[in-house]
Amino acid sequence: MNAMLKVQDLTVRYGQSEVIHSASFQAAKGEILAIMGRNGMGKTTLLKSLIGVIGAASGSVQVDGKEVLDMAPHRRVRSGMAYVPQGRMIFSTLSVWENLVSGAPGAVEKSTFDEIFSLFPVLFDMRKRKGGNLSGGQQQQLAIGRALITNPKVLILDEPTEGIQPSIIKDIARALREIRRIRDLTIVVSEQVVSFMMDVCDRVLVIDRGNFIHEDTRANVDADKVKRLLAV
Amino acid sequence: MLAYSLSEIWSILIMQGFSGLSLFSVLLLMALGLAVIFGQMGVVNLAHGEFMALGAYTVYLSSQLTEAYAPGFAPYYFVFAIGIAFCVAALVGGLVEWGMMRFLYKRPLDTLLATWGLSLIMQQAFRSIFGAREVTPTLPEWLMGSFKPTETIDIPINGVFVMALSLLLTAGVTLFMFRSRIGLRTRATVQNRAMSEAVGINTGLIDRFTFALGCGIAGVAGAAFTTIGSTGPDSGSRYIVDTFLVVVFGGSASMLGTIVSALGIAQTQSISEFFLEGTMGKVTTLMAIVFILMIRPKGLFPSKVRS
Repeated sequence: MNAMLKVQDLTVRYGQSEVIHSASFQAAKGEILAIMGRNGMGKTTLLKSLIGVIGAASGSVQVDGKEVLDMAPHRRVRSGMAYVPQGRMIFSTLSVWENLVSGAPGAVEKSTFDEIFSLFPVLFDMRKRKGGNLSGGQQQQLAIGRALITNPKVLILDEPTEGIQPSIIKDIARALREIRRIRDLTIVVSEQVVSFMMDVCDRVLVIDRGNFIHEDTRANVDADKVKRLLAV
Repeated sequence: MLAYSLSEIWSILIMQGFSGLSLFSVLLLMALGLAVIFGQMGVVNLAHGEFMALGAYTVYLSSQLTEAYAPGFAPYYFVFAIGIAFCVAALVGGLVEWGMMRFLYKRPLDTLLATWGLSLIMQQAFRSIFGAREVTPTLPEWLMGSFKPTETIDIPINGVFVMALSLLLTAGVTLFMFRSRIGLRTRATVQNRAMSEAVGINTGLIDRFTFALGCGIAGVAGAAFTTIGSTGPDSGSRYIVDTFLVVVFGGSASMLGTIVSALGIAQTQSISEFFLEGTMGKVTTLMAIVFILMIRPKGLFPSKVRS
């Protein structure tokens, strides 16, 4: 596999407590990879360590063959990563437009805006409204749009369906498939909703207490088995 | 009150009102820099007053150098000296951020102590370099004198100049914060530092820039201050408490709040100090602020969005 994202022996600790134990995985260009697991199993920690918000103790993270582990998050973004955090974390007092361009390194091409607004038309309609005044689903769309503005090679999403109503979840699934189709970028998404995973991903990894315990492609995935692994 | 005629009271109110506007101007300039640093970065910079004094001493030094080497330039030097005061204070501010502040952002109490220490070091440095006595730069002719709209009202030109300068700078900073890319990144970093990094903003650079900008504005406040008072090593520290009051009362991240708060505090203080005695005027102002902060704990203009 020609890996766009290559993670090897990634270990993350909170003080003395090791949370991710030598995790290794790869994701190819244009692949959507789901990382599934129950609450507290290390999904968010893993994704935060990929973007660099949490420092890793050891290991390697490569984007398109370039090592990014020692880089600050903003430099990882410049290297081609983008991150949509759990809970959206949009800038609430900034307008929708300002949220979108906040991380852009320079002038943004019109085609990039056109692409984002065609994916999420509501963002154009509400471009002058403050981010904090949007609904949860709209904020999620804004968070994804904000991540796409830097034209990333790898898009990382942490539980994008959390707290979102079902109709919007379908919109987000459709948007992710469309983003992959248009840009051919690699998407790593952490999830707990099996139907969403089945809807969008090509491959699934199940994480449990900081270790990957199961891997399957969507063609072969046994949804019931995954549900059992996610059951408390 | 009965000792004054109605026309005298009217004149007193206008004169005290204008005196309040002069105080407002200095408070606004000081608070603007502090609002950028405290409001935007959450850093309690107890050395902010000393950056104001640094600006004032820079103007004094420019005045001395102009007199010694280019006396023909004397009518114009002041305008350039304001720019130099901004640059010197911003440069020192940037160095302080790089050498000290960036290691302390996650430790607010240490920041408090460190900036207090810095203020003492700066005060002593001013004392060692310029002496303990207060100094005054030679102001150009066009800044002296006053105009009299009526027989009983006397408006000093330097007061009008300081007011115009503070309003101009406030408008400039507001435009910069809301219309420039760096301003946008600064506002994003204020909201969520980790997320700003994760969207691609170099927050370390933004911190340095913001701190330097706030200190530079304090330098301009110092330059303005030289037109209405003389400068001593502890001139800045006299204003620091009132300045913090302005920023907290206005709502720490609100530019409009800073303006309204500075105006309210300055006018209340100025007018009440005339009709009551000085200390009672201050007490009245503080009681009004405490009362309003009890009703609106986040200041006059808190942010009204979901976090």
